Amino acid sequence: MHASVRPVLSVNIPPIATSPAARETSAALSMRMTISKVNFFYGSKQTLFDVSMGIATNKVTSLIGPSGCGKSTLLRTLNRMYEIVRGARLEGEILLDGQNILTQDVTSYRRRVGMVFQRPNPFPKSIFDNVAYGLRINGSQAPISEAVEKSLRHAALWDEVKDHLHKSAYELSGGQQQRLCIARALAVEPEVLLLDEPCSALDPISTAKIEELLVQLKDFCTIVTVTHNMQQAARISDFTAFLLTGQLIEFSPTPQLFTTPGDPRTEAYITGRFG
Amino acid sequence: MATTTNTVPSAGPVAGSRSFLSRLRQGDEIARMITFLFAASVVLVTLLLVFELWQGSVLPRHKFGFNFFRTSVWDPIFEQFGALPFIYGTLVTAAVSLLIAVPLGIGAAIFLAELAPARVSDTLEFFIDLLAAVPSVIYGVLGIFIVVPLMRQYVQPALKHSLGFLPLFQGPAYGVGFLTAGIVLAIMVIPYIISVSREVLLSVPRDQREAALSLGATRWESTWKVVVPFARAGIFGSIFLALARALGETMAVTMVIGNTPVISASLFSPGYSIAAVIANEFTEATGDLHTESLIELGLVLFILTFVLNGFARLLIVATSQRGSGRGQA
Repeated sequence: MHASVRPVLSVNIPPIATSPAARETSAALSMRMTISKVNFFYGSKQTLFDVSMGIATNKVTSLIGPSGCGKSTLLRTLNRMYEIVRGARLEGEILLDGQNILTQDVTSYRRRVGMVFQRPNPFPKSIFDNVAYGLRINGSQAPISEAVEKSLRHAALWDEVKDHLHKSAYELSGGQQQRLCIARALAVEPEVLLLDEPCSALDPISTAKIEELLVQLKDFCTIVTVTHNMQQAARISDFTAFLLTGQLIEFSPTPQLFTTPGDPRTEAYITGRFG
Repeated sequence: MATTTNTVPSAGPVAGSRSFLSRLRQGDEIARMITFLFAASVVLVTLLLVFELWQGSVLPRHKFGFNFFRTSVWDPIFEQFGALPFIYGTLVTAAVSLLIAVPLGIGAAIFLAELAPARVSDTLEFFIDLLAAVPSVIYGVLGIFIVVPLMRQYVQPALKHSLGFLPLFQGPAYGVGFLTAGIVLAIMVIPYIISVSREVLLSVPRDQREAALSLGATRWESTWKVVVPFARAGIFGSIFLALARALGETMAVTMVIGNTPVISASLFSPGYSIAAVIANEFTEATGDLHTESLIELGLVLFILTFVLNGFARLLIVATSQRGSGRGQA
């Protein structure tokens, strides 16, 4: 293990000709978000070191790494959710569509970047009101019930709940609640959807449904997901970033990262030697 | 009760079919019986209380019947006893106090739980708990020496001047009366509302806030439309606690309400409350009818508290948002 290895930025590394995902990279990828030289601090404790990467438009990007590596922190910088924690501080630059996110009005910015959390966290309201919440607070002009139906369809939940939209969200199963949370986030039509270990509280069948859903959702928005499940990252994501102790060790197209990792630490992690 | 014993994990070797005796030997059954006894004693004390109050008020119940609640003459010399002015005074002072204390208390709780830095919040909480523990006679003294003169010289003339067209704010400014008693009660119950509501707001899961914020809610929108509704049941609980204290408060009210059995539309008028009249007259009651009428007043206060609490609980159920599955936060 070399202590001096620099974070590898390998999006533009010449692709391996046979891999389909690599072929995609060779086409000019448009970047929805660009993270450059981000350092992050909780008080005096630094949790991210000089992280730079791009989030490709309409792709799934996974952040993997052992607990405490900073992957959730990195995710939370993308919608500025870190700001609610006292003493949290970010240095560096994050761009969405070429504009610095840190100088924008935070509430209107967050509407463009949705978030789904580790534990399903529906509001104690009806299924309908949960999905409609974002539309209502944003004073949306669109007919709410149509937007709710559309979001629930996109979240692959409509057929299961269409006959009882006014039941409590808590009557749904855990997996359904998580898809409801996805629908709630989709309702405000975000450009980017962040998911913080969305399946860690779910059973395998619900997990499979959500994974399938995320792959479909690529058509509507750009997806960034944090997971500590490497198989999941391999299954659903186009790009994978491996973080360790706050540093971005490797960022590559998913097949490449899992088959021919460019850093010995990545290899050690994905082959299960630690973490 | 029975379900608790069924779900106890099998501890002994004969887990499959554990008889009463084996459970007794292992302590489960003993623990169940002891805790059941404690729980039952609460019900027992309540029933005993009602029974005693009922037994002790035979004379006035037979003599006045339902008129006890309808008449407003309280005359120990001619032995005429009517409870209406006391019921009125109790309800009016409690209502005034809640009107003042609920918005202030909940507002302060929201500030402490959502907006204030943790250190400020914890320090203030210490003082609030201290306020809740101050004996009520101290609040009474505070009322007599500070609130009453202030009311007489400034507040009541000002209210008369600005809102005097309302019957609520007419009549001479004595200082003592319904309004003053309500204000002193409000000061006393605000710490309860703040303390309990703050705890409840702090226990709302963080991901509820974050979910709202991530949808583009402002901080206030996430507080007011997500966190507070989530904590609604607990906040109502703090208001019940305040209501119960306001209805039953004796000493401080006695010192500032004016102790005159009057029903008046004006909040400036002196009045009387059930608890105050019992405290003032019980030891000096002349004759059995007088004593027993005071006991019946106690029964009335008990029923009043019971009914209002039940009504408030119904209110929670009736106003619960459609679809909110979690009753208790």
